[in-house]
Amino acid sequence: MIVFEHVTKRYAERGDALKDISFALEPGEMAFLTGHSGAGKSTLLGLIGLLERPTRGRVKVNGRDLGELPRRRIPAHRREIGMIFQDHCLIGERSVFDNVALPLVAAGMHRRDIGKRVRAALDQVGLLRFERALPLSLSSGEQQRVGIARAVVGRPQVILADEPTGNLDPELSMETFQLFERFHQVGVSLLIATHDMDMVTSMGHRMLRLHQGRLVADSGNW
Amino acid sequence: MAKRIREHRATPPRREQRLLASTGRGRRNHALGAAQAWLGNHSSAAVETFNRLIRAPLGSLMTIATVAIALALPTAMFVMLNNLERLGGGWQHNAGLSLFLQPAIDEARAGTLAETLRARPGIARVDLISREQGLAEFREYSGLGGVLDQLTRNPLPVVLAVYPTYRMPPKPPPASRTRSLTSSLEQLAEVDFVRLDTQWNARLRAIVALLTNAALLLATVLALAVFFVVGNTIRLEIENRRTEIRIMDLVGATSAFIRRPYLYSGAWYGLLGGISAWLMVSTSIHLLQAPVTRLAKLYHTEFQLDGLGPIPTLILLGASMVLGILGSWLAVGRHLAAVKPG
Repeated sequence: MIVFEHVTKRYAERGDALKDISFALEPGEMAFLTGHSGAGKSTLLGLIGLLERPTRGRVKVNGRDLGELPRRRIPAHRREIGMIFQDHCLIGERSVFDNVALPLVAAGMHRRDIGKRVRAALDQVGLLRFERALPLSLSSGEQQRVGIARAVVGRPQVILADEPTGNLDPELSMETFQLFERFHQVGVSLLIATHDMDMVTSMGHRMLRLHQGRLVADSGNW
Repeated sequence: MAKRIREHRATPPRREQRLLASTGRGRRNHALGAAQAWLGNHSSAAVETFNRLIRAPLGSLMTIATVAIALALPTAMFVMLNNLERLGGGWQHNAGLSLFLQPAIDEARAGTLAETLRARPGIARVDLISREQGLAEFREYSGLGGVLDQLTRNPLPVVLAVYPTYRMPPKPPPASRTRSLTSSLEQLAEVDFVRLDTQWNARLRAIVALLTNAALLLATVLALAVFFVVGNTIRLEIENRRTEIRIMDLVGATSAFIRRPYLYSGAWYGLLGGISAWLMVSTSIHLLQAPVTRLAKLYHTEFQLDGLGPIPTLILLGASMVLGILGSWLAVGRHLAAVKPG
């Protein structure tokens, strides 16, 4: 599903963000990516989402070498993976419905199908009644769930989450992880970057630990 | 909130199953559906961008007014030149050659010569102006009535006013034809000299041609101004919507999808600027109509200003829209890449 082969990412200004990273995430697997701030978690997720390109090594998603993916195929690749961000990345002046519908509209889906899919996703995260609301009128936790609904509305095989509970209190964090757990149960692969070690330990899934750009611990098999 | 969390935890995974089970499947690729979706995207982009213009009326009006003024100036110049050409054409129709006959030629011989000339090809009409008529006209238009009274005899010769043939609708004969007609008439023994009444008209046409070139130059410069005004407005719009563009890119929107609303914005600025320019020019023509008619009457002629016809109007609106789109295309091309991540 996701394969990293000796991946290094170097920035001209701050040197190596990732050093010789190798691991594989199997289809339907859920894993946590942990480490301190600046350990390289976001960079690693960015390489999968093609927000970045590796300096060395190969990243494969669904058997496809991302290094060989032409630029014009990048949007389609991003629609195939669901991305969740710590700052929610919602468009403030669009309604909750329009925010969640964005990947489907961008994919050129018919309006009728979009309505069904978006409502199903919002129902899933318990925000159906807020479909007409603007994101800024919602709490931080609700905004995060809008972000989750947008990530799953395209029915992705992989969900990437970058510090999804960074701005949430413990109760809302638990609720968010429960949602991820349910997506995992229906066969979706999840890679979640977090430094909430208590949560990671309590959920009992595979953990990849980064330290200064190196993969220092992997509780799974490679 | 706690109740909602409990509800969530109690929810069986069946709902996720429904939501995610058909991962990678179920994509409708029917051509009709895709076309409908494409049209739907375009229509919603057009409506959304128009609403955005309405929501920021002051900024939009300023851009539209700038575009309108830039378009109205060359348009007004073209309308003015068109009317000037029409006016010149009308006068040309009444212009001809004046054959001043030898002083010894009397009116009877002049009448015979006029008959001969009427039979020649390329000549539409020949009018005979007798010595007395000539003197009366000279007295009326020269203001030298007192001086003329002191003359013992009429010094003016008989004049034949020769009008060359025109094609319909009235169009002046080519200069070469007029020249050859002039030189052939000068050869006649009865003719003292020939005065070409169309020379001033040729000068007018040269001035109109010069002004047309100047108008084209002005139109090019102002078209560039429209291009850059729209481009700059779109650049600012892109700057204001950096976050939205970044998010769209992150969720997999194509460059065409991200670019689309900005191109529609450019098209709206251009089109609305074009409509405003048309209104400005049409209103100006309407306001000038009465004074121009009064002025024409003073010259014993009837003349009405022509406005922009349907085809020039369509050209103006089409060109303004294309300029708007091109301006925004330039801005989007230059600035979008800088805003998008990765």
